[in-house]
This record gives sequence, structure tokens and C-alpha cells, in this order.
Amino acid sequence: MPKAVLPDLLQKYRQEILDDWLRQQLAAATMRADLISQDQLRAQSTEFLQRLEAAAKSGDTADIQSSHWAPVLELLGDLSRARGRMGFSPSETAGFVFSLKSPIVSRLRLEIGGDAAALFESVTSVSDLLDKLGLYTTEVHQRAREEVINRQQLEMLELSTPVVKLWDGIVALPLIGTLDSARTNVVMESLLQQIVDTGSDIAIIDITGVPTVDTLVAQHLLKTVSAARLMGADCIISGIRPQIAQTMVHLGIDLTTVATKATMAEALRTAMTRAGYRVVRD
Amino acid sequence: MQEKIPIIQIEDLLLVSIQVDMYDALALQLQDDLTNRIQETNARGVLIEISALEVVDSFIGRVIGNISAMARVLDARTVVVGMQPAVAITLVELGLNLEGVHTALNVSRGMALLRRTTP
Repeated sequence: MPKAVLPDLLQKYRQEILDDWLRQQLAAATMRADLISQDQLRAQSTEFLQRLEAAAKSGDTADIQSSHWAPVLELLGDLSRARGRMGFSPSETAGFVFSLKSPIVSRLRLEIGGDAAALFESVTSVSDLLDKLGLYTTEVHQRAREEVINRQQLEMLELSTPVVKLWDGIVALPLIGTLDSARTNVVMESLLQQIVDTGSDIAIIDITGVPTVDTLVAQHLLKTVSAARLMGADCIISGIRPQIAQTMVHLGIDLTTVATKATMAEALRTAMTRAGYRVVRD
Repeated sequence: MQEKIPIIQIEDLLLVSIQVDMYDALALQLQDDLTNRIQETNARGVLIEISALEVVDSFIGRVIGNISAMARVLDARTVVVGMQPAVAITLVELGLNLEGVHTALNVSRGMALLRRTTP
């Protein structure tokens, strides 16, 4: 019975397997001595073997999703996440589990080497199990990376859409980077909310930092302008560079319904005049 | 008895404050009442305050546009005030830009706008 072999084996050769495994890991090409110390590695390996032994004793080795394997998966998950943050690559992380194969298999050979059929069965089941556990670390690694990417995307969205109050009743929205649908929605919402919060009736949208303006971007801009107008605020679009003005005309984008200015300064001057301010120099 | 949206007269202006969720019959009722009141009172301006309105559909959007156009025929200017950001976004996404309608942030600015533009 291959199921019974693994726990006994792990118990019997606990120290040998651990030593063997540690040697393997230290010698492996994927060992990152610059990122992890020998003591840490030993602690992690000991802990993993203990949990593996407990899990192998109580449950079947075919289904690692069952509750017996939860402690093992938890340890692997933490380890994988921690290593991912430290800069290990996914294969280096998975190597932690895979390198355990040869110590266990060589002990299996010692134990039941005489019975080829039993040996084959045991090796296959151990190999299957370790493959699954190794893949699990890769999965967690990947997931952790994706979380980081998602968070950064969200942060970038917020970073890139500040609405600044320039004067009483005048807000400005300096746009930086390409405008896509997702960003337009964020931009629109934060601008409209800011218009309500500050009670501003003039908004300047500055597109100096927008690298290209195509029909889609222009449409997004016009939508924002229309929505602001519905709320009772006038928009001025500023920072249109000469090349962009040329592209817009070539593309046939109609901006005649919106006030446009070449620079933010010019837009501010217009906004001040409309709001009834006069700028005087002493 | 059918629900009605009150129309308040302030000098030569009419103030409509929409405090309930609009449904189609109510919108049409308002359109009816308002045009009648404009004629009765000779009002020069209409303020429609919709800051409490959180949901609009294309029909309500169109009725607002229609009311404004009808008032104009009766020689009164309409200003829609206090539209919520979400409502504005919805209307724009629906393609209803309400081109002929004047807008303002709140009632006092809307009133100032009417006083400025009406003779």
C-alpha cells in the first residue's frame, strides 16, 4: 500500500531526509544565498516536513484540497508569497518543493527496493503529490504578483487624476497620460464631484500631458464637458499642442461647442474674466 | 389622488423642486401643470431643482428637455439646477446632452442666471 509508505518513511528517516534535502537545496542552481540564510531555510524545511508528515498520516495523498492538507498549503502559500516579495522567481520557489523528490525517492528505494511494482507505485504517488504542491507555490506566486499589479493600477488611476482648485469657483484638471474609457470614467466622476464640492462653475481641463488625441479620446473629452455643463459648470479645454490641433482638424473632430485655449494661463485668464475678476498689477 | 410636484411662484419666476423619484406619468403631469402655470402667471423664468433626483432614464431626460423647449415657446427661460454627477454622467451616456437647456450649480446661481438673461 503506497499510501501507508510515505508517512512511515517520513517518520523513520526524518533527520536523513531533512539533511539530504537541505544539501540538495543549498547545492541547487536555484539556491539564492543572497536572499535567504541557511538557518531560515532549515527552519522552513523542518516545518514543512513536519506538516507534510502530519498530513500524509491523516489523509490521502491524492487530493491536496482536502482539509488535512490545509496546514501544508498554508505554509506553502505564506512561503511563496514571502519569497515572491523577496524577489525569488516562480521556478526558484517551486524548486523548494521539487528538490524534496530525490531524498524521498532514494529512501523509498532503500525501503522497498526489492518490490519493483510497489516501488513504482510509491514513487509515482510521491511524485504526483510533490508536483501538485510545487505547482501550488507557483500559483500562489502568480496570484500575489497579480494582486500587486491590480493595486498599482488602481493607485495609478487615482494618482493621475487630481482636481485642483485654482480660485474661488474655478477648478482645474491636469490630465497626464493616455485617456481610455476606464480612466475617463474616473476623471469624469472626480471632476464632477469636485465641481459639486467646491461649488465651482468653471472647470479647466488641461491636456498638455496627453500624448495623443484620437477620435475616441476626443469623444471622452466631449462627454466630460457635456456632463459638467449639465451640472451647470462651463469647461475650458487648454494645453492643446500644435501637433494635436493639426491631428484634430485632420480627423474632423468638432470642438466648436467647447471653449479651447492654447495654454493653461490663457484659460485661467478667460475663467477669471468670466467669473468677474480683474487681474491688476501694482 | 394622484401625486403632484408642487410649483412655487417667486415673483415672476416659477420654482419646481423635484424631491421624489420620477416616473413617467408624474413627469408628464409636471409638463402639463408647468405649461399651464407659465401661461397663468406670465412667468419669465422657470427653475427646476433636481438635486434630490438620483435616477433618470431617457424618458425623464427627454421630458426635461421638452419642458425647457415648451417654456421657451411661452417666452420663459428654463434653468435646470443641482444635477447630481451620476445623473449628468447617465444623461451623457444616453446621448442626451440637453443642448438648449440652461444649467446652474444651485438655486441661487440659477436665479442669478435667469435675472441676467431675462429682460
